Amino acid sequence: MYRYDEFDERFVRERVDQFRTQIARRLDGSLSEDEFKPLRLKNGLYLQLHAYMLRIAVPYGTMSGRQLRQLAKIAREYDKGYGHFTTRQNLQFNWPKLKDIPAILDLLADVEMHAIQTSGNCIRNTTADQFSGVAADESEDPRPTAELLRQWSSQHPEFVWLPRKFKIAVTGAEHDRAAIKVHDIGLKLKRNEAGEPGYEISVGGGLGRTPMIGKVIREFLPKDELLAYVEAIMRVYNAEGRRDNKFKARVKILVHETGAEEFTRRVEDEYAKLDGPTINAPQEEIERIAAYFAAPDYEDLPAESVTLDSARREDAGLDRFVEQNGFAHKQPGYIAFTVSLKPVGGVPGDMSADQMDAFADIAEKYSLGELRVTHSQNLVLPYVKKDDVPALYTELKAHGLATANAGLVTDIIACPGLDYCALATAKSIPIAQEIAKTFADDARQKEIGELPIKISGCINACGHHHVGAIGILGLEKGGRENYQITIGGDATEHASLGERLGPGIDGEDVPGAIEAIVETYLGEKQGSESFIETVRRVGADPFKTRFASFVEERSKALEAAE
Amino acid sequence: MTIISAEGERPNAYTIVETADEAKSASKPLVPLALASEIEVPAIPYGLLVPNDAPVDEIAQHFSSVDLIAVTFPAFADGRGFSLAKRLRREGFEGTLRASGPLIADQFADALACGFDEVDLPDTMANRQPVQQWLEMKDSMTVHYQTGFGEGQSILQQRLAARKEAAQ
Ligand code: SF4
Repeated sequence: MYRYDEFDERFVRERVDQFRTQIARRLDGSLSEDEFKPLRLKNGLYLQLHAYMLRIAVPYGTMSGRQLRQLAKIAREYDKGYGHFTTRQNLQFNWPKLKDIPAILDLLADVEMHAIQTSGNCIRNTTADQFSGVAADESEDPRPTAELLRQWSSQHPEFVWLPRKFKIAVTGAEHDRAAIKVHDIGLKLKRNEAGEPGYEISVGGGLGRTPMIGKVIREFLPKDELLAYVEAIMRVYNAEGRRDNKFKARVKILVHETGAEEFTRRVEDEYAKLDGPTINAPQEEIERIAAYFAAPDYEDLPAESVTLDSARREDAGLDRFVEQNGFAHKQPGYIAFTVSLKPVGGVPGDMSADQMDAFADIAEKYSLGELRVTHSQNLVLPYVKKDDVPALYTELKAHGLATANAGLVTDIIACPGLDYCALATAKSIPIAQEIAKTFADDARQKEIGELPIKISGCINACGHHHVGAIGILGLEKGGRENYQITIGGDATEHASLGERLGPGIDGEDVPGAIEAIVETYLGEKQGSESFIETVRRVGADPFKTRFASFVEERSKALEAAE
Repeated sequence: MTIISAEGERPNAYTIVETADEAKSASKPLVPLALASEIEVPAIPYGLLVPNDAPVDEIAQHFSSVDLIAVTFPAFADGRGFSLAKRLRREGFEGTLRASGPLIADQFADALACGFDEVDLPDTMANRQPVQQWLEMKDSMTVHYQTGFGEGQSILQQRLAARKEAAQ
């Protein structure tokens, strides 16, 4: 993985000192609260419902065991003994004190981490495929691009006062696990007909109140022109994005209101005027960064492991874990694993300090010291030898980290919702917990198969409900929490937005409604179709019909009870 | 108003004018863009006051007769002025570029890096954030990644130079 050189180190250290000065200037009155707010946000510090929250960047979701151990230390010394992984591959601490923030940032800098631009109206942490570098279906590793963008976007003099936040994602695989179509900029690594490397660039995707799928504005951009082209996009957005209404300020609205064609023309116009070679990274720099992501020294191993195969025959739990959470690796004899942070009844994405320490050890012992964070709030061990899997499984199990539900109905994404978030209109974590309990039975989960459920506690959509195969949106209606259900959302290369099934329902009815939807799927399913494939084939109608009768049954039952 | 440049406080030579008559009598008028397009300003070179969403082409028509362009910042968090400054420099404006409005000291380095020479700060702001603070905040970071911004070499350029030196 990438390692800081003296410049990166100095940048992060100076930035911590700068923030220390800013806090002092807030306290002595030089900065007003309004002026201080964006400064603290750009250093990852939010004011939540009950306390400050510090959001730490995990660049493109890659972390070392050493870094995770440091996070455990911070969780223990400055928070309540746990951290929370987010849908942007970041980590949040929900209870730090303002006075401790500089000390925490120092501890982060000690392990080459920071909280820069994890919030505020600026370019946020660039995200990438969590299986970068190891996925069998990958054509090119997106991490060097993401790292280049991390550096370039850090404290960019021109683009830290944007109309609104700005998110970039990169993928280099056929199957899009980075959800690039719902990002402000989505980059797909590709090759042109001549075989030269470059990017397909889409702009204007996003969720939130007005969900939109990004539009391709450049079919092919040569790889070495990236920074100049992104600068052109950013300049057009910074100059023309709406500032009169914060709900219309994202670039998706600009693209929508000006039209994709006209927007593209303006970007190309700007691009033609700027002096690309003075902006782009020199080839040596691109190579320097890429070298950090070269494949590790893999051992020469047979593709199949006799040890693992026989252990799987003897241990049904291990067998199920490998089947569900294992992920095909580029390298023969190796396998990657999703480590679920969604135990039934737990808080999606939470990890205790003890688990972090244990997992840091596990990553060092079994995965070359590296782990990844996924945007579905899970972790990944990218470099596991198949021969080691039985031992790894035993250790994961000992720490409550062997839940075999990756991608299943209980692997739910939920935003913090009313438990933490000041903007929330409804709970989301408790809803996730109730659904997980309803479907806790392993055999049943397996029968249902892949079914990503995503829950947001308000229309800001941090839980990405629009792109959940089943999406749940918590609102407030007449003083009660009310949940809208959508189906058919998808964040992959088949990106689509979910469709509403009917009226909103009470929180206590959500698990029942999900059961009704799942039954409909199992009834309609053909062959080995997944939930989303069935929805794509039959459409939403059968689900709407079943949902309507569910709602009616529930209201009759309620009347009878009264 | 207080004018702050990278070297510290500076005197101000320009007076904002609102009418053609005022523009004629002022020795160094600061003329709003809309007015400058309507009248002949006698005192050449003069200053041009432009909103942060003014089209660059329209401003560029006046380049030959102005020696200062003041870009207004309606609020410190409105970053349009940074992009406008960058574009004005690219179009070849070589006079003084001024950022006018309630900026904060924490933006000084960025403003300079985007091509501004000075900030025209309302007095209420200058009282809270005196010139000394501006100069300190300007130097709070000594490295930057972006090539083409600011005076010193970017981190990317410094790396390249270090590599070349090591190779020799
Ligand atoms: S979706 Fe709403 S409730 Fe959930 S974290 Fe985002 S802002 Fe908060």
